Amino acid sequence: MSRSLMMASPTRGHEVLDHVVLSGHSLVKSFGRSRALRGASVELRRGEILAVTGPSGSGKSTLLLCLAGVLTPDGGEVHYDGRRIDRESESVRSRLRRSEFGVLFQFGQLVAEMTAAENVALPLLLEGARRRDAMSCAREWLGRFGVEEFADQLPGQMSGGQSQRVAVARALVTGPAVLFADEPTGALDTVAGERVMTELTRVARETDTAVVLVTHDARVAAYGEREIVVRDGVAS
Amino acid sequence: MRNECRVTIHIVYSGGMSTGHVLLGLLAEGERHGYELKREHDARFPAARPLAFGQVYATLERMRKRGWVDAATGVKAAGPERTPYAMTGAGREELARWLADVEPPSPFVANPLSVKVTLALLTADEALAQDYLRRQREAHLARMREYTRRKSDPGRSLAEVLAADYALTHLDADLRWIDAALERVADLNKEIHSCHARS
Repeated sequence: MSRSLMMASPTRGHEVLDHVVLSGHSLVKSFGRSRALRGASVELRRGEILAVTGPSGSGKSTLLLCLAGVLTPDGGEVHYDGRRIDRESESVRSRLRRSEFGVLFQFGQLVAEMTAAENVALPLLLEGARRRDAMSCAREWLGRFGVEEFADQLPGQMSGGQSQRVAVARALVTGPAVLFADEPTGALDTVAGERVMTELTRVARETDTAVVLVTHDARVAAYGEREIVVRDGVAS
Repeated sequence: MRNECRVTIHIVYSGGMSTGHVLLGLLAEGERHGYELKREHDARFPAARPLAFGQVYATLERMRKRGWVDAATGVKAAGPERTPYAMTGAGREELARWLADVEPPSPFVANPLSVKVTLALLTADEALAQDYLRRQREAHLARMREYTRRKSDPGRSLAEVLAADYALTHLDADLRWIDAALERVADLNKEIHSCHARS
């Protein structure tokens, strides 16, 4: 059962903050003749919010996708919770992405035909939760992000900022150990973007979820506790 | 042909905020003595440097000579700091004029970061200039994190949010300049040293 359904109380003891939950070592990835990553390395500690910045085309999104197990690197290794995952089968990595990882992209990608509550309940249902429990949990999570009033509305009936907050709730509802967020406020105006980032980082801290936050915007990066800069496929 | 290649440093000319006009604005609601004006200024503008009492009284005296404020009469003052001041009609007109005025966007902005980069290239090399820019970038981002935390504090007021936003916007502008400068250090180095060789 997911951490979320058990409503585990959050802890941020100092002893757990030093634990490296996710790491990438000397990652290499090419697309055709273009080398997106040239030996990038990164470590993410439990509960840490890490901003990944760099110019357009530097390899930041590719790095995120390799760490999340969406892309298989051509070289190097990815370790999660002490085990190597980059060579695991797609079904194993897919299970990781469903239960241990949360993913949030610029446009949220909510299912247009489902209500906000149904969108947030979906990951729980895929994990085997009963519908009544999943919907109840979904509504609570919508409340944590201040969008409970939209629970029965479709994504097309909400503003960009509102639907992105629903998307954040969906990404965090299974209580993932790591949230991967790629330009989560890229399509939003400043005020809406700030609201998304404030809520996202607040809830991540409450639930001890580590966050890999890819952004080109320094004001968004400033929500992180630490920054790495990716330039020409290398992280520093 | 005259050699036009030189390093120039622009002096900052900032419009600056007029303390007199701020005090006039705070007097618009009714008479206040100097201590009250200082306290209200510091509370309403948390990001501004707190006003010194000496500055408040000197400003009030200048405005009194201009006819913008009057020391309220018929009140037995306990001391200079307890003399109430009130805005006059002329002061009200001046406040209205100032509020209607647009602040001139500064054409020249002193950039100490740019000066340091140029001098690092003149006195040392690209590596020093790049190292300085990277460390400056880290310092800027650390300050942005501080302001972001302040904005996210549930107890903050909207005035504090706006003040933090102003600081963040300017820090962000500096960061964009730093990133662009990092891309251009090598070319700037060539330009500086080719000018230096010709002069």
